[in-house]
Parts: sequence; structure tokens; C-alpha cells
Amino acid sequence: MALLNVTSPHAHGPLSTATVMQLVLLATVPGIAALVWIFGAGVLVNLAISAAVSLACEAAILKVRGRPVGFYLKDYSALVTAILLGIALPPYAPWWVVAIGACFAIGVAKQLYGGLGYNPFNPAMAAYVVLLISLPVQMTQWGAPFSNPAMGLGDALASNLFGSVDAVTSATPLDALKQGIGEAGQTFGSLGGFGWEWINLAFLAGGLYLLWRGIFTWHAPISMLIALAVMAFLFPNEAQGRIHSVLFHLFSGATMFGAFFIITDPVSSATTPRGKIVFGALIGVLIYAIRHWGNYPDAVAFAVMLLNLAAPFIDQYTQPRTFGHRGARS
Amino acid sequence: MSDIIFKLTGGVHPPQNKHQSTQRPIAAAGIPNTLVIPMSQHLGPPSKPIVAVGDRVLKGQCIGATDTLKSAFVHASTSGTVVAIEERPHNHASGLPALSVVIESDGRDEWQLMPAIKDWHLADRDTLLQRIHEAGVIGMGGAGFPAASKLSTDKNIHTLVMNGAECEPYITADQMLMTERAEEIILSCELLMHLLGAEKTLFGIEDNKPEAIAAVNAALIERGNDNIKVIVVPTVYPSGGSKQLIQILTGKEVPSPGHSSDLGIIMQNVATAVAAYRAIALGEASISRITTLSGDAIGEPQNIEVLIGTPLSQLLEQCQWQPARADRIVIGGPMMGYTITDTSLPVIKTTNCLLVPTREELPPPPPAQACIRCGLCAEACPVSLLPQQLYWFSRAGEHDKLQDHNLFDCIECGACSYSCPSNIPLVQYYRASKAEIRQAQADTEKAEHAKQRFEARQARLQRLEEEKVAQRAARAAAAKKRAEEAATASAKKDEVDPIQAAIERAKSKRAGGNTAATNESVNQVTKLEKRLTAAKIKLASAETVDSDKVPVLQEAVDKLTQQLAEAKANPVTTSHDAAVDPVQAAIERAKAKRAGNAAPASPADEIAKLEKRLASAIQKRDMARDSMPDKLEAFESAVATLEEKLAAAKAKAGE
Repeated sequence: MALLNVTSPHAHGPLSTATVMQLVLLATVPGIAALVWIFGAGVLVNLAISAAVSLACEAAILKVRGRPVGFYLKDYSALVTAILLGIALPPYAPWWVVAIGACFAIGVAKQLYGGLGYNPFNPAMAAYVVLLISLPVQMTQWGAPFSNPAMGLGDALASNLFGSVDAVTSATPLDALKQGIGEAGQTFGSLGGFGWEWINLAFLAGGLYLLWRGIFTWHAPISMLIALAVMAFLFPNEAQGRIHSVLFHLFSGATMFGAFFIITDPVSSATTPRGKIVFGALIGVLIYAIRHWGNYPDAVAFAVMLLNLAAPFIDQYTQPRTFGHRGARS
Repeated sequence: MSDIIFKLTGGVHPPQNKHQSTQRPIAAAGIPNTLVIPMSQHLGPPSKPIVAVGDRVLKGQCIGATDTLKSAFVHASTSGTVVAIEERPHNHASGLPALSVVIESDGRDEWQLMPAIKDWHLADRDTLLQRIHEAGVIGMGGAGFPAASKLSTDKNIHTLVMNGAECEPYITADQMLMTERAEEIILSCELLMHLLGAEKTLFGIEDNKPEAIAAVNAALIERGNDNIKVIVVPTVYPSGGSKQLIQILTGKEVPSPGHSSDLGIIMQNVATAVAAYRAIALGEASISRITTLSGDAIGEPQNIEVLIGTPLSQLLEQCQWQPARADRIVIGGPMMGYTITDTSLPVIKTTNCLLVPTREELPPPPPAQACIRCGLCAEACPVSLLPQQLYWFSRAGEHDKLQDHNLFDCIECGACSYSCPSNIPLVQYYRASKAEIRQAQADTEKAEHAKQRFEARQARLQRLEEEKVAQRAARAAAAKKRAEEAATASAKKDEVDPIQAAIERAKSKRAGGNTAATNESVNQVTKLEKRLTAAKIKLASAETVDSDKVPVLQEAVDKLTQQLAEAKANPVTTSHDAAVDPVQAAIERAKAKRAGNAAPASPADEIAKLEKRLASAIQKRDMARDSMPDKLEAFESAVATLEEKLAAAKAKAGE
């Protein structure tokens, strides 16, 4: 038997890219469960369509690019993008909205830039923004919390695919706040937006699990949440006090989902420890600015995309101090 | 012990796999029949062999010497005969062969000890350093840095750090040494503290070696030395890196660029310290070491004390290795070791481990996936580099950015590659880039050197050109002046006809007759010499000033030289034969012919000779046109005469 002649290290750690992606998928389960509980089975239909279209799109483009299809599909990155997009889209959105989003996320935002590792934008957020700007009507019709749970999977499918079953929709709490139509019990829950507080808590749980597993570091999510809270404290909603304003923004909309599943996407975010803090904090500030003073009710996608572009720049100026060197390099 | 310890930056936790090789005590390897002892086992220039083939050597006898502290002495590991001094395959990551002394052992293992320095605590620093140097002690933890060089620092050292961390998985050589020979290690600490003038020793041992910690602590209590402190450090790779262990034990970072001595700290590996101690207290040169054999393809994993130069195959067989199951042979540990494929390579002073894993144990590296910039590598990096940025820069060949991101601070510990979920061989990229940058720097230096040389040459050529121009101008002026003078002179008095003079000279010579032949030939030689000298001077000046005439002049000089030689060898005949002056020669020849007393030469010869003379006369005339305008006329008439004669000779031959 010929002896191997290879360079060190000869040992390799247990983590693989596929494992990282699988853990991320696992961590979305509590959030998805909360979404289903509050908005019904439409969420699952979204996820299924998104996953199917994304994987097909990824496979097709890899084939066109002459890359090994199986090798890249097995890294689960397309599935993660698909699930994150599916979570972000309104349940009971028409199927073609989801399909267009998935195609854009994989085909344009990811593969056109060179595939995994080369995309400057978070693919799910890029697709979300494209859909939001192109299809504002479909994209803002969120189901009313706890209004559609009785809908079975079949009804949900029918609603998504044919629009034959009308789902009960309503403005989201952030939207309601924006339009000044909020009322206690329907808009404001005990922590954040009515219903949304549970979704946020569930995503927080999943995120903490990933943090514990060491999939990402605390820097970006924590700094984003702190920045958002500080902004909400300094510039509270008129309808709420400072403390309530802080809680409302932390536990409404896509706050926790964004903090733990979107801005922690390693490919498109800053990578140095200090860089991640800057990256997260600026996203937090932008989210609040857009929510509070801007035209869009939720702002995570816009804030993330803006900072995605700034990530290489942030990295450049936040290099850690190398061991034994006097000052930090910049 | 409640010592404060500090956290290592980064680090990873690979499976330890230390238990396999610690079940048996340290065993002794036998004396091999043949030992191959390379002259470069250390960092630094190789030593030079000081024995010859056929010499009998004793165990511990110096066989390779050096005159610099940056290198290390090499010794025979057992007694026997030197059978070869030649390049042999070397146990080195480069795979390049090294000059080695091959010794056939006589099995007697006869020692030749250096005089022991028993009272070393009274000995001065230089004596001790000299001994450590002469005993060939080098860093045995793997780096192979000459110990005397490290210890000879001129910095003020307050702390000795003993490195017993042994953070690489599988390796237990230091662990077994500490467990079994703790007293010797404590004495080594005291010796090194004395040598360095250090106040204290911090003895770092990873917490996965409880037996070693207990043994060292027990020896310490027995010895009663309060200045040596064992500090148990958490198991994390690479805590045994010198800068890393200093960080853990003191919280200080060795400056970059710089050395630990800048902090007043010197670190030695335990095995190195013991080798230094034995060299001083016992007079033993560094001729053996403890090596771990481990991995699933080793039947009896254990530590073996082995003579330097022993073939690896002997150790492998002693430990019942299973070649069929062996997937690779790693020298060192799984994180930083290098693979070899030739088991006949020798054990050298830095061979701390032979790891022979099976394919299941350490699978071959899977294909690399895309970098997802997850940053796990940056978290693992013990020197706070950004491995994935370095990876992108390395792939793009951006040398400036690599250096800007401190690539050269990378210690190549492999923690980044280990933790990379995409299986990217990061360290390999850094090694390649480092080599490229070093090469580029060398090339730049070379180019700069060449540029300087070129510019210097250009300046020199320009200077010469200017000198030439100046000389030419001077010569032209001088020639003009001479011509003017000549014109005035010829106007004043009648010119002496050179031909007439020649005829007279010839007549007077003839009048001298044969009795004066010897005198004449002497005169002839003197004349020739004078002319040769003149021609040579002309040639030399033509060479420096104007190269156009050089070939012609050179020919003239050669001819004159030849004539002179002939004249000297054959005084009488050459005096007539040698055509010193074409005019004179022609006259002489004519007279000779007229006299008809000499046997006439054959017409063909005659013609050839005349042709030759004519050519030479033409040449001389042409030269005269440039340099001696006043004599041009004479030369021209000589040429005309010769041409006539040649025609006559040809006509004659035609009859």
C-alpha cells in the first residue's frame, strides 16, 4: 500500500460546511413552528415551494456552469437560502411569488456572482427586496395572527396555488403602527407585536442554540439588538413609552430572525470581530431609521443589503491586532 | 497552586490520543548495525564532517564540527567505523538529501565522554555555553534551534520557561520523560537558571498529563527549590508553541518582530534541558532521544530511547507495526508533522514522534469546498490573523496584502485548516505564499543588484568614450602641428631620399663582406627589436584610441616577432633573408641575382615571396598614409618596384 505523502495538518476537525448548514436548518425549527402556530399551514407551503424551486434552480445552474451538481447540492447552502426566504415571505402569498423569489435568490443573487462564498448580498434578502419592490400588494398581505390556524394543509395549498381559498389577511403590527391604526390586543402584544412576539422568541431560542454550538459569534447579533434598542429608547414611538418602544421593536417583525439568521450569514457579512460589531450596530440603527422614519414598515432586508455592500470596507478597517504587534492594523 | 494563568488566543481541541503510547515505560532501542548521521539536524548551516572513511569512532565522539553558534556539533551515537561520508536521504520535510556520516557499529558501544563539569553551579556562563554547544544540544521539541545560540542571549533574563506542554496529539515523549526522569529535569532547570542568571522557572504542563505533573511536583518537593513553579495549563492546541506558552504563563505577548528574550524570558523544551544537563554534568554529547511511536497501525505504541541515526524501520519493527494498515507515516504529530515514505530514513535529534495512523483514524483530506467566510479559522488562529482573508489574497497572489495582513506572523500550527468546515488546506496556501514572497524578494534584490551593475558599466563606458574623444582631438592637433613643421622643414633643406640611403646602407653592408656577418646579424637583431618595440607601442595606443587599425598593427607585430625570433636563431642567413626593409631586400636580392653565385630559387617560390612582400609593402604604405605622410612617397615607390619585379618574375615563370 502506497503511503500518503500530504502536508500537515493530518487531523481535521469535526465540522463540515454541510454540518454547519444542517445546524442552521435545525435552529429554524422553533421559529417555523411558531409561524405555523400563529399563521397556519401556509408557511409550510411557502417553505416547500421555495425549497423545491431553489434546489432545482441551483442544480440547473451548476449543470450549466459545468460544476459537480451533487457535490455542491450536498453542502445544503441552497436549502438554507430557500428556508430563510420561505420564512421571510408572507404565508398564503401566491405560489409564483415564492417561485420568483427562489429563482432570483439562487440564480441571480448567488450563482451569478459565482456561487457559494462569492455572493456579496444575502441571497434571501436580495430576493425579498426584489419581491417587495416589484410586488408590493402580494408582499404586504400577511395573514392575521391566529385567524387561519383552522386551515388545513390542503386549504393552504389551494390558497397559495390557486387563490381559491381566501386567507384572512391583515396589516402587520409594524405596518399598523406606521399607519396609526394599532389597537391594544390586536396590534400590541405583551412584549412586541401581537403574535409576532412569540415568533421572535422562537427565533431567539434557535439563534441562541447556534451561538452555543459556536456556529457564529455573539458580535453581530448582540450589537444589532443593542443598537436597535438604543434607537428605540432614544426615539420612542409616540403611542408607546420608551421601554415599551424598545420591547416592541425587539420582538416585532423580523428582528430576531434577522439578528440570528440573516446578519450572521458569514458569506455576506463582515468577518473580523470588531467588524461584526460595527456591521451589526449599523444594521440595528438602519432598521430603526427605516421603520421609524422611512416608508417601509419592516426594514431588516434593506438594512442588511446596504451593510452587505459595506462589509469588505468594514473588514479592511477592523483587522484585529496580530499577536505581538503593538497597534491594531487598519 | 493558585497561579494565575492567562487565556491562549484562539486554539483548537483535537482529540488527544495520548493514552495509547503511555501504557508502557520508555524502552531502549537496540544498537543498529548501520547508523546514518546527517550533518544538518538543526536549524542553521550544516556542520562539516571531521572524520574520514575508515576512521574508528567512539560513542559521543565529535564527527561534525562548526565554528558558529548558529550551527551544532554532531557526534557518533555508538562506537564503530566510518564507512561512508556522502549525501543520504534525509529525515526532513523538504525531502532533500543531506551530507551524512555512515557508521557501521562494532556493537561495543564504547563511550568517549567529555570531562564532566560536576560543580556546574560554580562554573561560569561561557564554559557552560561552550559545553552545550560542543555537545550538539538543539531544540528537541521539533524546531531544532541550537540551544547554545538561544541561551547565549545578551538580554537580561529573569524567567526560564520550561515547556512541558506537549500540545500535539499522540506525542508523549516529553510526558514520559517528565514522568520517569523528573529529578533530572529539576536539575536541568537549576542549571539553566544558573546559566541564564534567571530568578525563577515557570514550568508549564498541560492538564492532560497528571502523572507527569505529580512526578515533577514530587521531585520539586524533594529538591526543595521554591524558585521553580509547576503551572498546570489547560489542554488546548497549540499551547506548546513558545509564544503561546509564554502568553498562557505570563499574559505577555512576545513582540513581533522579536524574541522572548525581549521580555526577559527564555524557553526550553524539557528534553532539550535534560540534554544540556547531561552534556554538562555527565559529559555526554547529544546522541540519543526519546521518540513516541503511535497510531493504530503500530502494534505496541510506546516511547523508545533511540540512538540518533537509527533507521526508522528498526523502531517500526520493534513496535510491531502493520505496514498493510499504515496509510501514512508522519514524523511529528498530526497537526504539524510531515509525511515520509521511506522507512530507511534515520532518527534525528528532532524526531519526537512517528505517527502511523490507519486510513480510518486519519482519513485523507476530502476535496475542498468553497470558503463560506464562516470565520472559524480566525477564531482558531493563535496569533489573531484573518486566515480566510489571507486565503483569498493567497489565491489572488496579492503579496502586498498578504504582508499587510501579517502573513509572516503565521506559525503554521494548522489550527485554521483543522477547523475549516470546507476542508480548505489553508496552511498549505500560506506556506506556498511565504515561499513565493521570499522568492520575489530575492528576485527583486537580484534585479536591483543587476541594475546597479548595469548603471556602473554605463557610466564607465561613457567615461572611456569621453576620454577617447579628448585623446583623438589631442592627436589630431599634434598631427596638424607636425605636418606644418614638416612642410617648413622640407622647404628649408633637401629631403634625404630614403631609397638612396637604403642603397648606400646595402652597399656598405656588402662592403663589410662575410667577415662582418656576425656583427651585421647582431645589428639586425637590435634593429628588429627596436622596430618591434615601436610597433608594440603603436598597437597599444591604437587599442586604447581607435580600434580600426588594431588588426593591421597586430599582424605587423606578429610578423616582426617572428622575424626577430628567426634572426636570433639563425644569425647569418636571416641577416640577408629577413626583409627588414622591402627596398633594401629588393636591392639585395637583385644584387644576389646579378652575381648569380647563389642557386636561384624556383620561380613559383620567387613569385610567392614577391607577392607576400608586395602585400606587406602595400599594407605599410597604407599605414604610412595615416601615420607617416612624410614617408609615403618612399613606400609608394617601393610598392611600384615590387610590382614590377613581380610582373617580371611571373613573365619569367611563364617562359
